[in-house]
Amino acid sequence: MVSNFSTKDLVSGGIFVAAGAYFAIEALNYETGTAFRMGPGFMPLLLGSVLVVLGLGIAASGWKKPDAEKPLSPPWRAMALIIGVIVFFGLTIRGLGFVPVVLIGSFAAAMASRLNSPLFSIILAVALTVMCTLIFVVGLGMSVPMFGPWLGQ
Amino acid sequence: MDIIASLGLGFSVALDPINIFYCFIGVLLGTLVGVLPGIGPTATIAMLLPITFSLSPATALIMLAGIYYGAQYGGSTTAILINLPGESSSAVTAIDGYQMARKGRAGPALATAALGSFFAGTVGTLLLAFFAPPLARAALNFGAPEYFALIVLGLLVSIALAHGSILKALAMIVLGLLLGMVGQDIYTGQPRFTLGIRELYSGLNFVSLAVGVFGVAEILRNLENEKGRDVMVKTVKNLWLSKDDFKRIAAPVVRGTALGSVLGILPGGGHILASFASYSAEKRLSKTPGEFGHGAIEGVAGPESANNAAAQTSFIPLMTLGIPAHPVMALMVGAFILQGITPGPNVINDQPALFWGIIASMWIGNVLLVLLNLPLIGLWVKMLSIPYRALFPAIVLFACIGCFSINQNIYDVFAIGFFGVVGYVLIRFGCEPAPLLLGFVLGPLLEEHLRRAMIISRGDPMVFIERPISATLLALALLAVIIAVLPSIRRKRKEVFVEED
Repeated sequence: MVSNFSTKDLVSGGIFVAAGAYFAIEALNYETGTAFRMGPGFMPLLLGSVLVVLGLGIAASGWKKPDAEKPLSPPWRAMALIIGVIVFFGLTIRGLGFVPVVLIGSFAAAMASRLNSPLFSIILAVALTVMCTLIFVVGLGMSVPMFGPWLGQ
Repeated sequence: MDIIASLGLGFSVALDPINIFYCFIGVLLGTLVGVLPGIGPTATIAMLLPITFSLSPATALIMLAGIYYGAQYGGSTTAILINLPGESSSAVTAIDGYQMARKGRAGPALATAALGSFFAGTVGTLLLAFFAPPLARAALNFGAPEYFALIVLGLLVSIALAHGSILKALAMIVLGLLLGMVGQDIYTGQPRFTLGIRELYSGLNFVSLAVGVFGVAEILRNLENEKGRDVMVKTVKNLWLSKDDFKRIAAPVVRGTALGSVLGILPGGGHILASFASYSAEKRLSKTPGEFGHGAIEGVAGPESANNAAAQTSFIPLMTLGIPAHPVMALMVGAFILQGITPGPNVINDQPALFWGIIASMWIGNVLLVLLNLPLIGLWVKMLSIPYRALFPAIVLFACIGCFSINQNIYDVFAIGFFGVVGYVLIRFGCEPAPLLLGFVLGPLLEEHLRRAMIISRGDPMVFIERPISATLLALALLAVIIAVLPSIRRKRKEVFVEED
């Protein structure tokens, strides 16, 4: 049954249905208003419903069109590392300060590629930290401490 | 003010040493990111937006514009030398350009690309100077219904021109519109879709969305299948064209420029479409169509001129109406707003120095690009040997630092990660990210003008049809959709875009 469908269309359609439903249902909490004076809920409710319909259409359009090629497997390690770096940056930039965060962040990001050895990643991280500190903190005067309060400064 | 005096004012701004310097930095960075595959002007401009904060408005916009058209130049170098489009619009250049390089004619191919782009850039800039003022005057009479109709037209035309499934593009636009509604409602102040997080009251950060979808998602995409790249041509010799070459490229350059200028004005990635359209036109007009695909110089000259002309004329809707034609222009809107200027028909009268300065700087930027690209080609070839694995960590960190520095808001940083994952998943399942960004930028404008129009008309939707300009615009929008779904056109779109994959 499912093999008759294009997975691409089925999954992307599903995402759109879910997103549209979320916006439409959440919009019911806001005042819809009338066509004359539209409330804050009017547009989201309308567009959310449209998105649900479009999502269903997309999923249906994949009927009898199974994907030809097998997709590459997602880069789980890279995804975990890169998203991890971004979250880490947000959580620690105020506490740890610019230099340690960029150093650790760029090392971890570099390790996302299987082609990078740990040594290469360390060299890259140091070079990138020097460059970013010079550009953003020294050059552009970004107002963030080089070393943050968590490090006893 | 007549055009000569206006351009004079423009050049006096653009020739200011500081502005020349930043124009140079812009085109240099643009060429760099154009040359390097895996990072494009959208992500670059998004990351550099915060930096331009401290510059004066004219200087900031001159630099950002330089990045955009500089990338169109740089992309062709990569396409010709390693058969990889550095930029999506140079995908067609790779077809014949790379074949020329394999036959030892990399020099003439690069020279053709540079000269064609320069000619097209000059014409495009002049067109912008001639057509922007009258259009802006016309736009001053626009009321809420006209703006609403115009935005609808822009959104729908962008679908017709996008490649891939029309339904998916439409869904991406609607999703973008909805994401644009996160934050406080403009009329009642009611917070919407904020999940109770105070930092989201002012809405999702536009830069985070752009960097996430175009930067991080793209990195994840590239890391799926890592491989080194091969620079075949180590040194490029003989960077000039023979008399015979000149004769062969003259007509394609002019045709490409004309095609690109027209398509560039249309919303939705006109420069990509322009290069494809020009390529198929040249192939059809050629006396020796068999040569295409095996190193025909016309196949480089036409598309390269077309994409550069389109890059210039796509500034027309932005500068006159404040409506972005594609994601990069959407970022330019963001840059205007960061500087406290609302882009639209008023800019030309309120800020003539800014308006004409940007236009004049584009011509100067094009001169700088020829100087940068031809004599320094050796440098760019060396750049190509920087491996991607050394580049992407820098992109990730720049993205975080840039977004954080706008408002010192850590939720802006988290949003990059969120949109990186969302963008990656959607791209993986066959959805193009550009319409999402366009919808996101235009969403609040669309809602505002619709609600205002309805208040003016006392809730009567006929107002959009009774007013001639808005009726025409909506009819055009409908036409665009009908054309896009016609079977014969659909087949044609497939043909045009199939070569990109």
